[in-house]
Amino acid sequence: MNKVVKNVEEALNGIQDNMTLMIGGFGLCGIPENSIAQLVKIGARNLTCISNNAGVDDFGLGLLLQTKQIKKMISSYVGENEEFERQMLSGELEVDLIPQGSLAERCRAGGAGIPAFYTPAGYGTEVALGKEVKVFNGKPHILEMALTADFAIVKAWKGDTEGNLIYKSTARNFNPMMAMAGKITIAEVEELVPAGELDPNFIHTPGIFVQRIFKGSTFEKRIEQRTVRKRN
Amino acid sequence: MALDKVGIAKRIAQELRSGWYVNLGIGIPTLVANYIPEGIEVEFQSENGILGMGPFPFEGEEDADLINAGKQTVTLRKGAAIFDSATSFAMIRGKHVQLTVLGAMEVAQNGDIANWKIPGKMVKGMGGAMDLVASAENIIVAMMHTNNKGESKILKKCTLPLTGVGCVTRVVTDLAVLAIKDNKFHLIERAPGVTVEEIKKATEGDLVVPDFVPEMKL
Repeated sequence: MNKVVKNVEEALNGIQDNMTLMIGGFGLCGIPENSIAQLVKIGARNLTCISNNAGVDDFGLGLLLQTKQIKKMISSYVGENEEFERQMLSGELEVDLIPQGSLAERCRAGGAGIPAFYTPAGYGTEVALGKEVKVFNGKPHILEMALTADFAIVKAWKGDTEGNLIYKSTARNFNPMMAMAGKITIAEVEELVPAGELDPNFIHTPGIFVQRIFKGSTFEKRIEQRTVRKRN
Repeated sequence: MALDKVGIAKRIAQELRSGWYVNLGIGIPTLVANYIPEGIEVEFQSENGILGMGPFPFEGEEDADLINAGKQTVTLRKGAAIFDSATSFAMIRGKHVQLTVLGAMEVAQNGDIANWKIPGKMVKGMGGAMDLVASAENIIVAMMHTNNKGESKILKKCTLPLTGVGCVTRVVTDLAVLAIKDNKFHLIERAPGVTVEEIKKATEGDLVVPDFVPEMKL
């Protein structure tokens, strides 16, 4: 089944105000840069964004914060972003902070048809407020609900026309689970190849989870914390 | 003399055992990787999806697609593996990671830890800390014994919002190594030149002090 769309405009067609979006990436690593730029152009507002982080002021989801398109962020860590802080403290932006593993599993569960699951993470903390507690093997767990989205937007290294995806290094992160949990999943890839060119044994996200795929035109791949060691 | 951050990291490195998979948090814990004792073989897990994390890359070899959980550019060791975030936390939640080292703002004698939120200040989020402390069998906390006003961070009860309950087993500070057992802190070692009296004074929680308290060997 051919999932290829012409360009980012066609890929993001249908994204509207008030929708819930999942956006892959960890920090600025493995984020769908081309799609985020297009979201700014579309101008859809009151968005709920599920993403591990919120980008930095001038890159990643930070761009959508500058344009005030995001109503609510669901994330595990949102530092490194002054505009985010300003909007959060002024009450313009709603923020739901979730332990990282619970966030990953909630996306996976959403895509896997599991409505909720118990986890020990967050028990006894404010994350557990209002959540059902159940003891298994003598240890208390809290009930966490699955997450799904109107659109999931992921970034992969290589993809084929069938929508099969391969990620590179730690740019994989949240992308595979989010790809599973979107009603419509859009994959932005660095290389788009004909079906048959990717080894089926090394596919990370099978094409069934992807509805639209396109080759991104530019990838800046900004590094958030450049750390190096000196050569002797 | 009280230890500096490197001293704390060196002391924690002595707790590593061959064959362990270890998750190091941001800050002092990251430094532990630089002081692995000779003959000890461990693998570092980074919760954004690496087993077998290596040192920082040489200048010019940074790869934007290869970072650690602190978003720093890193490298992979031979035999490393990459995986997604759900698999990563399956390793953590499923107790496949033997040791977690992380920082804290407060630790209490019942094993509670607070390290993610100060009311009234910008909240950045807990990241993976709550998942890590809820499931790790061994948690070592790396921290300063007191805050910059000299107030103890080793407490009867945490005052800040909690990250996890009853989970910390060991604390290494600039002054001492403490174990947590039976709702008390137990003094295991003291930093070179630091007296038991100094440690008692800096500890608000109940502290059990044996007759002889050895000095750390760094």
